[in-house]
Amino acid sequence: MSARDDVLAAVRAALGEDRPDLPAVDRSYRDRDPLPAGADLVDLFVERVEDYRAEVTRCAAADLEATVAAALAGAERVVVPDGLDLAVRGAVPDADLTPTGLDAVDAVVTRASLGVAETGTLVLTHGPGEGRRAITLVPDVHVCVLPASGVVRGVTDAVAALDPVRPQTWVSGPSATSDIELDRVEGVHGPRTLHVVLVSDA
Amino acid sequence: MARTFVGMPPFPVAARSALSDTRLRRNLAHATGTIREKRARVVAEVEDWEDLRRQAAAVKDATLARLDEHLLTLEAALTARGATVHWARDAADACAVVADVARAHGVDEVVKVKSMATQEIGLNEALAAQGIAAWETDLAELIVQLGDDLPSHILVPAIHRGRAEVREIFRTRMAAAGRPAPDDLTDDPAALAGAARLHLREKFLRARMAVSGANFAVAETGTLVVVESEGNGRMCLTLPEVLVSVVGIEKVVPTFGDLDLFLRLLPRSSTGERMNPYTSTWTGVTPGDGPQEVHVVLLDNGRTRALADEVARPVLRCIRCSACLNVCPVYERVGGHAYGSVYPGPIGAILNPMLTGVGSDPATDALPYASTLCGACGDVCPVAIDIPGLLVHERVRVVDAHRADPRPKPEALAMRAAAWVLGDSRRMALGERASGLAGRLRTRRAAPGGRGVLGWLPFPGSRWTGARDLPTPPVESFRAWWRRTGRDEGQGRR
Ligand code: SF4
Repeated sequence: MSARDDVLAAVRAALGEDRPDLPAVDRSYRDRDPLPAGADLVDLFVERVEDYRAEVTRCAAADLEATVAAALAGAERVVVPDGLDLAVRGAVPDADLTPTGLDAVDAVVTRASLGVAETGTLVLTHGPGEGRRAITLVPDVHVCVLPASGVVRGVTDAVAALDPVRPQTWVSGPSATSDIELDRVEGVHGPRTLHVVLVSDA
Repeated sequence: MARTFVGMPPFPVAARSALSDTRLRRNLAHATGTIREKRARVVAEVEDWEDLRRQAAAVKDATLARLDEHLLTLEAALTARGATVHWARDAADACAVVADVARAHGVDEVVKVKSMATQEIGLNEALAAQGIAAWETDLAELIVQLGDDLPSHILVPAIHRGRAEVREIFRTRMAAAGRPAPDDLTDDPAALAGAARLHLREKFLRARMAVSGANFAVAETGTLVVVESEGNGRMCLTLPEVLVSVVGIEKVVPTFGDLDLFLRLLPRSSTGERMNPYTSTWTGVTPGDGPQEVHVVLLDNGRTRALADEVARPVLRCIRCSACLNVCPVYERVGGHAYGSVYPGPIGAILNPMLTGVGSDPATDALPYASTLCGACGDVCPVAIDIPGLLVHERVRVVDAHRADPRPKPEALAMRAAAWVLGDSRRMALGERASGLAGRLRTRRAAPGGRGVLGWLPFPGSRWTGARDLPTPPVESFRAWWRRTGRDEGQGRR
């Protein structure tokens, strides 16, 4: 018998023929608001992103390019994904850069698909404007643009809104470790600086 | 088989020597104390935490009850999205799959995301035997690997090491594995993390094949999920051409929507954060993004043994958060090595005997006794596993397995060690809890046939039950009641 047959047979033998229905999962947790009463959605998102020691700048749509430029201060070569609708100084379009090629740029600018206020999380789904996964990983600085309207309340709302078939990266602050004496240190392998630019809708 | 570490003495012996290591005890007390506080803070933010635990348990139970169907759905979804699915009865099967893929691509090294499943199957050793180097890329795993050491915690495998020790390991061992540590390396954690970044980056940039586990596998869509902090996981999941993920069959959840429970419960329980820095999901092969050859190995390795035991089955809900380790008074004092297995702490004390079976290996048989049954582990478990109840269940199985055997029973040895570990102030709580559990067992038919449960109450109870019947005690002890009704979680529990 193949390993497949053996494993499935072992599972079936373990469960037996008689399989009573178990109580259904009660999904009423999805109706409960995960945020503290009276909290402002966007303010809370900003506060919780900053809790991870990421930087957040809020700006009006008209000031977006200037704000991104300021966030990139000093970066000379900046990788940008296909479909990014922003002029970026020093832009290096991502034309299948190798990992070593990515390691030689200073920063990356992308958009994100949504933000989660409950946890201060950005979610990238790596379509146009966000780019393949490697470009937001190898450079040391990630400037990430999100419209304020892209902030959802909780993890439950985010999961419901996302397409599982697209690759996703949930980003909550810069890369970090607590592996040495449980001391939190920002910046191991991913970008050591995460700068979120939150664009107001007006 | 999930093995206990070869040559490790059984828990009571190992615990004795661990206890005399004062530096180890200091490191552990500091680390577990820190993480307990962080967890308590972020869990308190979630008002319906108890309900989330219950529903997460319900999702897992329902999935396990139809595991064959979900596995077939998962296999079909993965295959439809371009992944190759392999099945593994045991460690040997799984290691052979990974080695075959490596050989097919002619690679002599792989980069690894920290994964309990690959540790459980001894993958690094199996690959080394075939001339393939497996580089651990999680910082703590790197410390363990460079130090020729064993992991001692599920989340923070180098929790037993202080910063000065880490510096010494990096200074003396990094050069042999690749880029050496900088000459002026200090013991500042940021400097140590910086040295690891440089050391591992050259490995990430040249790696052609990666090996990972997965925290969750979504049956309906074939989506795998890896939850991590450092970005080493993202490096491994994104940069190489070939990715092999070894996934225990109990990691299945039916739908992507079910993740809304687990992505809320896991980070808060595990690192004590609202969310971990990085969570990656991928579904088979995504053209133009990440590995273009994706393999998934579905691993049994004893899980169906646990599945077959209806009382023990909930152990397969475990999402490896390690919260039960951090609150365990025994773990805090002796550390992970004393358990002699890749799964230490309360979860290890039930999971190892279930995966491997009892009655043949004294080290495994001693594990269910490596506990005071204080109940802290069950209180924090995000999937509401009744760990103390299952510890007692495993003790029953160990005792049953040795019925006809005249050698001294492990419980006698282990209880002596436990008494010594905890000292006088603990005896009251111990006695209360042990008798309270006996009360629960009576009503929940945990012991096979319900026989003899009260006949072997552990010492000091054994002195009593040796000669008398024990009246059924209350289900909840006074101390447990006091904790539940009068005190905040995480306070004053050491
Ligand atoms: S048994 Fe529960 S608390 Fe322990 S590691 Fe597993 S999920 Fe976490």
